[in-house]
Amino acid sequence: MTVAKERSAGSNQPAPASAAPSALNFECETGNYHTFCPISCVAWLYQKIEDSFFLVIGTKTCGYFLQNAMGVMIFAEPRYAMAELEEGDISAKLNDYEELKRLCLDIKRSRNPSVIVWIGTCTTEIIKMDMEGIAPKLEAEIGIPIVVARANGLDYAFTQGEDTVLAAMAMRCPTEPKKITAAPEQSVDRGSFQKLFSLGRKEEAKAEAPIATTTDSEYKDHPPLILFGSLPDSVVTQLNLELKRQGIKVSGWLPSQHYTDLPVVQEGYYAAGINPFLSRTATAMMRRRKCKLIGAPFPIGPDGTRAWVEKICKVFDIEPQGLDEREAQIWAGLEDYLKLVRGKSVFFMGDNLLEVSLARFLIRCGMTCPEIGIPYMDKRYQGAELKLLEQTCNEMGVPLPRIIEKPDNYNQIQRIYELNPDLVITGMAHANPLEARGISTKWSVEFTFAQLHGFANARDILELVTRPLRRNAALDGLGWDKLVKEEVKA
Amino acid sequence: MKLAYWMYAGPAHIGTLRVASSFKNVHAIMHAPLGDDYFNVMRSMLSRERDFTPVTTSVVDRNVLARGSQEKVVDNITRKDGEEHPDLIMLTPTCTSSILQEDLNNFVERAQMDAQADVMLADVNHYRYNELEAADRTLAQVVRYYIQKARKNGDLNTEKTEKPSVNIIGISTLGFHNNHDCTELKRLMADLGIEVNIVMPDGAEVGEIKNMSRAWFNLVPYRELGMQAAKYLEEEFGTPCVDITPMGIVETARCIRAIQRVLNDNGHAANFEEYIDNQTRHVSQAAWFSRSIDCQNLTGKRAVVFGDNTHAAAITKVLAREMGIKVVMAGTYCKYDQEWFRNEVSEYCDEVLVSEDNAEIANAIARLEPAAIFGTQMERHVGKRLDIPCGVIAAPIHIQNFPVGYRPYVGYEGANQLVDLIYNSFTLGMEDHLLEIFGGHDTKEVITKEMATESDLTWSKDGRTELQRVPGFVRGKVKRNTEKYARSQGLDTITAEVMYAAKEAVGA
Ligand code: SF4
Repeated sequence: MTVAKERSAGSNQPAPASAAPSALNFECETGNYHTFCPISCVAWLYQKIEDSFFLVIGTKTCGYFLQNAMGVMIFAEPRYAMAELEEGDISAKLNDYEELKRLCLDIKRSRNPSVIVWIGTCTTEIIKMDMEGIAPKLEAEIGIPIVVARANGLDYAFTQGEDTVLAAMAMRCPTEPKKITAAPEQSVDRGSFQKLFSLGRKEEAKAEAPIATTTDSEYKDHPPLILFGSLPDSVVTQLNLELKRQGIKVSGWLPSQHYTDLPVVQEGYYAAGINPFLSRTATAMMRRRKCKLIGAPFPIGPDGTRAWVEKICKVFDIEPQGLDEREAQIWAGLEDYLKLVRGKSVFFMGDNLLEVSLARFLIRCGMTCPEIGIPYMDKRYQGAELKLLEQTCNEMGVPLPRIIEKPDNYNQIQRIYELNPDLVITGMAHANPLEARGISTKWSVEFTFAQLHGFANARDILELVTRPLRRNAALDGLGWDKLVKEEVKA
Repeated sequence: MKLAYWMYAGPAHIGTLRVASSFKNVHAIMHAPLGDDYFNVMRSMLSRERDFTPVTTSVVDRNVLARGSQEKVVDNITRKDGEEHPDLIMLTPTCTSSILQEDLNNFVERAQMDAQADVMLADVNHYRYNELEAADRTLAQVVRYYIQKARKNGDLNTEKTEKPSVNIIGISTLGFHNNHDCTELKRLMADLGIEVNIVMPDGAEVGEIKNMSRAWFNLVPYRELGMQAAKYLEEEFGTPCVDITPMGIVETARCIRAIQRVLNDNGHAANFEEYIDNQTRHVSQAAWFSRSIDCQNLTGKRAVVFGDNTHAAAITKVLAREMGIKVVMAGTYCKYDQEWFRNEVSEYCDEVLVSEDNAEIANAIARLEPAAIFGTQMERHVGKRLDIPCGVIAAPIHIQNFPVGYRPYVGYEGANQLVDLIYNSFTLGMEDHLLEIFGGHDTKEVITKEMATESDLTWSKDGRTELQRVPGFVRGKVKRNTEKYARSQGLDTITAEVMYAAKEAVGA
């Protein structure tokens, strides 16, 4: 594992697990693969946390990435900015504290957010900018909380950026419930602030959180449960309701829709993650906030959702009700899609760390999977998911995929030519070239942004997965399979 | 440190990679963290490239920080050398690698010992140059390298071609409509009886560079890319350079006349006047359009232009000279080359703005309230918020700049396209207004229009209703003037009453 030890306490990658004996085959390649920089988490987190401001402290390279590859800038403008480092900053001629203070005061004046999230970059790592040292002082001076997440491209891939932010934010969850007398000034600010940025927002109207609308009698008696992972609000509601069916109450989510509403976290609370890339957040909840972590497969696909709910029930000693029927009913509703994927093969090149969960679900759908590429594998945090993958393969009677951590895209492409899979799930850099060579692809990024979680969204996953297959069926017979003249050199 | 929301030009390595990956059979090794390889994504997704982008990252990670990257870089270079057999491998530094201060030159020398390909370090300082400057420098560097190499090997070919010939320099991957412009330029050269010696760098092989000296002249259609290479060729071989962007009818004619002069100076009697006249008056639709009634209605309309030097200058001239439109402001983000821009446009516009700060441009647009904007994606966005139509005329590149149909910006077909673009920008605006006058879609919410988001004012319900009654095409103006008034009076809520008062006071 080349991921470096962090300098800040409490944000260490969990130590490599002494993995249980497993038939799964793990390999490691060169790490020469395409993925997005983890600072891209800004793209979804600023939308999720509505009173936040994200300040990415980096160079033109970082800014141009967010602007041109992620298309973040134009729409995010009211709540996102680059602190562009210039030569004077690099050579330490300028004082980091004073510079950041100037920028943050500017942000406070024009946007007045409830929290400013500093996103570190490779440059702040290399020049060893003391963000964790500066933030508390500055926070005290300007009166706005500053959360520091070092989501740089040296240590992390794509979705792990969210992990760094949530791990840092976990430390800001209050230990005691807020007193009802919220400062009136603050609520006014938030109102006008929201009006301001609603201009560029394209998200659909928010669903009401159900927690407030239900009476406690509908719930069984169990210790408080915190869920972590950033999901669109409607999916949050769905998962809340799913657990409510079992009488389980979700006490809060990290992140919450508003920074000011971060859930109370006390020692002994239970916590469960909903995404496979959140191992640092899991560690922070466990080690620093003294929560008990529920290690379950992730609620992706009907099989995963069922296993996730089941595991939480088990931890709380609750007998799950009607889960079998619920899962069966969902599967039955998917039959039109399943017909399209059965017996087909899918190859994951590796990009967003959702690979194992998706592969497990697709194998359950009747597909085969020769290879799962993945940027980083935390065998402990993903332990239950890996076990379910193995079990699924056995039950479906298909070979186990090889799991390639830090893959080498060049080698993978050679293997793709050999295996000729029906579908390759890949980053954007390779999608068009593979399509031009007659290989169907789906962008891994789409799964990062799609609604995957819970029973109801299984359809959306299959809608994505089958789109290239359906498109190909539509074009079938035109003889347009290969749209490049010469075959690439092997 | 500065707050930045938008970048008109990318970082230096993007410029270098645009040049390197334009060439055929050149592979770039980027010395960068993993997250920096989005150039591949841009190339594959925006320009819908069918081939794998020949750029590989030599990943800078914690290991490299601790131990240096020499071994890794050299390995990556020799590996690609073996896998792809490129002619040239270009080691491309990034902002991250430039602060590491490793001796990349030394790595290149090491790798060169094992590699069959030529190995070169792109010579750009990340904190000094942006994408455009870096691209220009890199192209000149490659050209110089291969001319010098040929000279050393004694296979430099300096004999001019028999027929008049041209190098078209500056066509590159991910350039704004470059692919279509290139086709149009080739057609134009064919019409003029001029052979295209080499197009540089798009689709060229580095092995062809030694033949560049055979061309009678170099054509550099874009100010941003190719000038340094052309200058070098002029110094080395005396090859004259035509650097007039043939955009719009007038400038296309001026470009052709400059070419004519070059040919005549070289003892080739050429007279393109008839061609120019025929194209202008009969073949192209652009000049006729300017004369038509449609265009009459555009006369005196006010426009703001903003973009890179090449496009902003050319569009300004087209608007002012060929369509009778008043350019109230022309601007460029090419700060490093602003003298040129001022010289080109100052006689065709009221104001010149040189800035890389999108807020400054947005505020200028809000202040000037033009009938149309011609700018980048950012100004299009600004236009949306201000309800001013915007035609996109310059990079930053967007997927819309890779239309499947033929859309050049240069030459006579380009002139036609420009007319369409300009006319549609204005008329769509007018149609919109007509629709609103006749109540087509007057249910639209009033949106905040200030670019500076100092929305300290609240509109009361009756104020809002009153504002809704104002016809759409002046609503923005009325709103702004009323708010200006309210601020000047120290009011924070705008009621219907305040609106009337404002109207009396400032004629809003
Ligand atoms: S990899 Fe590093 S330098 Fe590149 S965009 Fe990400 S944080 Fe910025």
